[in-house]
Amino acid sequence: MRFALALALALVLAAGPAMVEVNDAAILARYPPKTLSEFGFFDARALASGVVPYVIASPLFSDYSDKDRYIYTPTPAPAALVGVLDFPLGTAIIKTFRYGDHKVETRVLLHQAGGWKAYPYLWNEAGTEAMLALAGADLSVPSPRGPVAYHVPNANQCKACHEGPDKAITPIGPKLRNLNTGGQLALLAAAGVIDAVPADAPATPEYRDATLADDVRARAYLDANCAHCHAPGHPADTSGLFLNWEESDALRLGINKRPVAAGKGSGDLQFDVVPGDPGASILLYRMQSLDPGAMMPELGRGVVHDEGVELIRAWIAGLDQ
Amino acid sequence: MRHLAVAVALVAAGPLWAETFLITPGPAAEAVLQEALILAQAGDEVVLAAGRYDIRNQLSLANDDVTLRGAGMAASVLSFKGQTGGAEGLLVTGNGAILKDFAVEDTKGDAIKAKGVDGFAAIRVRAEWTGEPKAENGSYGIYPVQSTNVLLDGVVVRGASDAGIYVGQSQKIIVRNSRAEFNVAGLEIENCYFADVFDNTLTNNTGGLLVFDLPDLPQQGGHDIRFFRNKSYANNTDNFAPEGNIVGLVPAGTGMLVMANADIEIFENQFSDNKSVGLIIAAYVKDTEDANYDIHPRRIHIHNNVFAANGSDPDGSEFGALLRELFGAPVPQIVWDGVIPLWRWATVGAASDVEHSIHDNDFGDATPYGNADFIGKFGLTWLHEVTYELSEHSAELTPLVPVQVIIRGRDVSHRGAWAEMAK
Repeated sequence: MRFALALALALVLAAGPAMVEVNDAAILARYPPKTLSEFGFFDARALASGVVPYVIASPLFSDYSDKDRYIYTPTPAPAALVGVLDFPLGTAIIKTFRYGDHKVETRVLLHQAGGWKAYPYLWNEAGTEAMLALAGADLSVPSPRGPVAYHVPNANQCKACHEGPDKAITPIGPKLRNLNTGGQLALLAAAGVIDAVPADAPATPEYRDATLADDVRARAYLDANCAHCHAPGHPADTSGLFLNWEESDALRLGINKRPVAAGKGSGDLQFDVVPGDPGASILLYRMQSLDPGAMMPELGRGVVHDEGVELIRAWIAGLDQ
Repeated sequence: MRHLAVAVALVAAGPLWAETFLITPGPAAEAVLQEALILAQAGDEVVLAAGRYDIRNQLSLANDDVTLRGAGMAASVLSFKGQTGGAEGLLVTGNGAILKDFAVEDTKGDAIKAKGVDGFAAIRVRAEWTGEPKAENGSYGIYPVQSTNVLLDGVVVRGASDAGIYVGQSQKIIVRNSRAEFNVAGLEIENCYFADVFDNTLTNNTGGLLVFDLPDLPQQGGHDIRFFRNKSYANNTDNFAPEGNIVGLVPAGTGMLVMANADIEIFENQFSDNKSVGLIIAAYVKDTEDANYDIHPRRIHIHNNVFAANGSDPDGSEFGALLRELFGAPVPQIVWDGVIPLWRWATVGAASDVEHSIHDNDFGDATPYGNADFIGKFGLTWLHEVTYELSEHSAELTPLVPVQVIIRGRDVSHRGAWAEMAK
């Protein structure tokens, strides 16, 4: 993780300054520009001044794509210990999805006076420009694991995950606890993204860190991959299944919990999580499904995340019966 | 004065600026339709010309006060047979949404879901899984959840592997003039407050009408729900729900099932030819440790209904077999599980219920009522006794009041506003 961040920064420095400047008016405009380049976040050589790369400790699985994250913020956000950081108006959060050198899409979150807006941009084959794709797209993308049926979400589907308790669009990843990895907080403070580095900053564990206990890794994984919907006030709270890091109630976490409206997502099983019995657990069944009517997450996954499945399987197997 | 001018300008803004997005079938239709649903603003209409639309991904409507309408539920059809993405056909999260005169077919998950919406109308909309009823069909046909001010009028749902018309964790609901057939549950109201369900037809489902309250959910303690002038007949389709779902326990041949909830009024309905039971009132049947949840139905008021030829041949499911074991066939037209809080059972006894009221129903020459005494059956077996005293439910209950549903500022429980919206 530290290496990846250092590499990103090194690339920025090595390539020399970008020839573009961030277009603040485009970030705040009522209608999004048709092309990504109009924002001026980066050019083929480098990032524009003020655009800062960052990483998330436990990232969302997105069909084994590589993800580059950047943030542009006019003034630093207060380094609040809990919740998504409160970035000022004019902030842009940028995420590019790619497989190696093959860029697929870049999603932008723009903080405007009327709230956050979310738009997907689709890269051309040459990787020289990305076009606004309000209706999303279905693509077949080459990946190291073979072709992936890749779905670019439409603007409404962005909201399906990025929805906060007041039904407004909200960022998900940039919480202090997710950014607190590999000394990144100090870098972000130096770059003007946050206003301080709190001594007691919490940290979400990295679920890929095999030296941690399964329970810790699994909870970090579920938080990153499920809690944007499965948390109080979020789209899947209708189910009563809450998988956010802060949840501590066993039933709410799915343990011996019956499904409510799972339909065929139940896989003919009775409980979300059966301690000691991964094969009887609906949670694991839905992680392994590719049927749109049964699979979880509902969006953004076209292949099974084998490593995630194995982690959750080990966690359930190790739960006290 | 300036404030007044602003108010007038706002009122005028709707109709003056309203735009119509016309969608026609063709290879680009899905993208054009989804873009229209994203771009449409308050007062705008997205119109589906007659024809068949092959849709591969979930459609969604998130902006407020947008209408999506077609040329009729047989004419404008969104077919999801080749669906590859998204958990439902159409997801509505914008307030004041009006859906009219089109159909959604063969979605992989739910057909139409409205989540967290204030003001949702589905008028003459059809949701259907074509072919035989089967477990692989999606769960819910028309599914408003955590919503307020809901009107389902003249909808038709067929083939849902859970509930055809399903309103969950919502408030202020009207479901009327609608038809559900060949679903597991025809029409289900779950964890809801204030609903009027009337003039609907339920047939060939596993169970016709269901009103459930379930534990461990953000909204629970369902109450104030009226069911009247519905026809629930010949709901004898085998239960084809995937296991693990609560409707999986409904015996084929159930006219109506009331589970938990408080203040339910059921009147002027017809229940006939449902082979397991006409109407059953039951406590929540699974274990729960939710301290905020009451497993018992309270103040269920059943009057002026017609019951005919129900319970002739209970099915072989767990509960169907139990009905047969306890009562033989035919099963009484109305069955109560006899489960009351144990303290009451121990003090006043199961036969002295004063919570429910059942009166003035027409049972023909059938056995009107049976008390299954589940407490005796499953707890204190040496005391178990099936009884038939309808008079044990003679509480003084007053009629519930009609529900008011307001969509885009108009009270659609009134005929005038409704007629305008339904045009």
